[in-house]
Amino acid sequence: MSQAKTTYLRIDRLFKRFGSFEALKDVSFTIDNGEFICFLGPSGCGKTTLLRAIAGLDVQTSGRIEQAGRDISVLPPSERDFGIVFQSYALFPNLTVRDNVAYGLVSRRAGRAAIEQRVAELLQLVGLPDSGPKYPAQLSGGQQQRIAVARALATSPGLLLLDEPLSALDARVRVRLRYEIKSLQRRLGITTVMVTHDQEEALTMADRIVVMNHGVIEQIGTPMEIYRRPATPFVADFVGAMNFLDGAIAGDRKVRFGGALLDCPSAEGIPAGAPVKICLRPEDVAVRNLGSGTPNRVSVSIADMVFYGSFCRASLKGEGGGEITADFSNNLMRDLGLAVGQRLEVALPPDRILAFRAA
Amino acid sequence: MASLEALAAAPLKRKVSRDDVTLGAGLGVLAAWLVVSVALPLWTLLSKSFQDRDGGFNGVANYVEYFANPSLSQSIWNSVWVSLLAAAITIVLAFVYAYGLTRSCMRGKSAFRMLALIPILAPSLLPAISFIYLFGNQGILKNWLFGLEIYGPLGIVLAEVFYCFPHAVMILVTALATADGRLYEAAEALGASRLRIFFTVTLPGIRYGAISAVFVVFTLVITDFGIPKVIGGKFNVLATDVYKQVIGQQNFEMGAVVGMVLLVPALLSFVADRLVQRRQVAQLTARAVPLEPKPDPLYDWGMFAFCAVVAGMLLGVIGMAGWASLIKFWPYNLSLTLDNYAFANADAAGWSSYFNSLQMAAAAAAFGTFIVFVGAYSVEKSRAFALARAVSQFLAMLPLAVPGLVLGLSYIFFFNDPRNPLVFLYGTLTILVINTVAHFYTVSHLTALTALKQIDPEFEAVSASLKVPILKTFWRVTVPVCLPSIIDVFIYLFVNAMTTVSAVIFLYSTDNKLAAVAVVNMEDNGNTSAAAAMAMMIVITSAAVKLLQAAVSTVVVRRTQAWRRR
Repeated sequence: MSQAKTTYLRIDRLFKRFGSFEALKDVSFTIDNGEFICFLGPSGCGKTTLLRAIAGLDVQTSGRIEQAGRDISVLPPSERDFGIVFQSYALFPNLTVRDNVAYGLVSRRAGRAAIEQRVAELLQLVGLPDSGPKYPAQLSGGQQQRIAVARALATSPGLLLLDEPLSALDARVRVRLRYEIKSLQRRLGITTVMVTHDQEEALTMADRIVVMNHGVIEQIGTPMEIYRRPATPFVADFVGAMNFLDGAIAGDRKVRFGGALLDCPSAEGIPAGAPVKICLRPEDVAVRNLGSGTPNRVSVSIADMVFYGSFCRASLKGEGGGEITADFSNNLMRDLGLAVGQRLEVALPPDRILAFRAA
Repeated sequence: MASLEALAAAPLKRKVSRDDVTLGAGLGVLAAWLVVSVALPLWTLLSKSFQDRDGGFNGVANYVEYFANPSLSQSIWNSVWVSLLAAAITIVLAFVYAYGLTRSCMRGKSAFRMLALIPILAPSLLPAISFIYLFGNQGILKNWLFGLEIYGPLGIVLAEVFYCFPHAVMILVTALATADGRLYEAAEALGASRLRIFFTVTLPGIRYGAISAVFVVFTLVITDFGIPKVIGGKFNVLATDVYKQVIGQQNFEMGAVVGMVLLVPALLSFVADRLVQRRQVAQLTARAVPLEPKPDPLYDWGMFAFCAVVAGMLLGVIGMAGWASLIKFWPYNLSLTLDNYAFANADAAGWSSYFNSLQMAAAAAAFGTFIVFVGAYSVEKSRAFALARAVSQFLAMLPLAVPGLVLGLSYIFFFNDPRNPLVFLYGTLTILVINTVAHFYTVSHLTALTALKQIDPEFEAVSASLKVPILKTFWRVTVPVCLPSIIDVFIYLFVNAMTTVSAVIFLYSTDNKLAAVAVVNMEDNGNTSAAAAMAMMIVITSAAVKLLQAAVSTVVVRRTQAWRRR
């Protein structure tokens, strides 16, 4: 990551149609050298279509793709430079792990010793140095997944494509492999694109996330930007838990919610009187250390609480109307002795609330 | 704006890669093969039926003549009622048998399952010969018939039931095996009686399978040539009419008309079967629980007795032919001999027919397996050439709807035409190979397609990303993974090539007579015991090949498929 940022992959005005269905609509962005990018979105949003266009498996209807300065828009997969890992791993079941990893090396007519050395190196890299003579069916799902990564990396491609690589695994294995893939990618510095529908996966692994919906890009940004400042109501809703409160603009950077008038810097530019959705993460509802100077205070009562293990999700009824969902940590619950029916004061921090014009 | 602009431009086309060329070539070979071996011969047959003897177009005149001739059109009715009767008896027997196999806890299920398939190993001529020995003029059980004549509809129906039994059992076992145990538990919990459960759960559950079995058996019977030829006596059916018109009277145009008539029931049953199968798939959801039959001694032993009787009769029919083939001079000298196997005494071709059959079956199996797998792979994996793919798919399905007799006839018209550059093939063993592979193409193609659909669709994408040519991945991965299915197709083609008679009866020449054809000829000349002996040679060979397959599957496959074990 120390090297200078240079554009490695340039996607320019991509469209993809299947019959009358538009799977990609005017998609453009760039990926820097060594970046880890996640395409995130619900099923049918176009993320896999986009990945397959980059791989050349399904060529886009129109638009241009450049990789390392080379126009690869219409090249077949065999003339592009990438390694790929599918959700099914697509390991060759009749070949040993060693033969799977060496599959792409053999055709490059490298020497036998060189191949053996490279295979050993790759198996070491993915932490399975002794698995060479085994067949894929003898490995666990997580191990197969790592062999698939090793095979994809064997020919030292410039780009690694991961198509939902973790979704076939158990929850625990998945969490461990997230970390392993990410650290492997950092060590190798290989530009990587991963498709996923799992927001947690995207938030924990990506340098930048491309959030897609209905064939268009909703937002591109770092995980923190996506989470903190979702650009559209779709992103706000899709990533993380979010309150969508009905409100209206009540002057410059002010919104009315129930009986309260809230400071809301993000409402800038929306004309007064316009109905808005006020977005706020449940964990951003402040309860402690409220002073008389704390802005955006609202009086509420606890209507209901659901225990989630590490926290409780509470429904708060505003005295002036409206309902807010808030997450209270176990500590907070214990310290303040919170219970259903109780009345309390909460604050909705101005820098944490977002206003979107209601559709 | 951007959208409009993009719409206006032609969609991007991927640059043609080496793999595209490889798959395109495979598809081209397949399409060319199917056009030559299926489409063009059938087209020639169709046009022949609208021509006069000099090759001029005469509209439907041949058809008018055919239907005006009562002795010919009578055959339609004969064929239909005999086929319906045989189908009805077969389905009832096969249903109870299949029910015993799937829904009881009787002993010896796997043995019964194997015994049910025995008739597949024999040419259809064999049961006909056996029934002549059992109930014919000199039959050992002749008085069981109370004076009824075995030569005619009775003999045809009996022999056809034997011949079609395994096909019906296989379909019904599949239908009965895909039952959802939860439905039965629900019905029992609601207090339904066994009989009510049978009518409200079992029968509705297998209705598609039953319909399919009826159609398959009806088609098998109406298009079968061997049985009515041997045991039909003076009773005319469509299949024997074709033979008489073409071979007996050299009336090719009328033969073509009968062939077209014979195509109708086969096509109908083909379409019906397709429709039915499409519905059947949706019946069983992934969450269904397999039905486990519960032990019930009285019922289980009842089923055992029924299956034992049926299996005993199947063995008895084969055994009768085997015994008859070893008899010195039926029925006067019942001492045993191998003289009947000295075929040169009965037929000029002697043993050469048998060796021709072996050679033809091996060639058909080898060539057929190759073209079937390469073709199915090209159809399944190529994304370009949509038209060639659609045409190939259609032509690959067509042979299932074409009776062997009709296909054989169409080959005469197509390959015996002096203007055809392929005319040199006529009368050679090669044309018999081509005809046999085409005749049994559909089932082989579907088997290959099913096997290919079961493997990961991304293998080709992975190998392209690793810059490995698709041909290499086909050879190193696809073929080994599909090896069990490849062996299945090979054996299927081999056994059918050994036993078939309907198509090749038109195409053999005296230099390359086949075993099954020799059976027909020897029976025709009154050498029934030699015919029985040759039929037994076919049975023994098919059985040996099947046993060999079992051995190969356990030895070789175990060695090459070590990866299947965990």
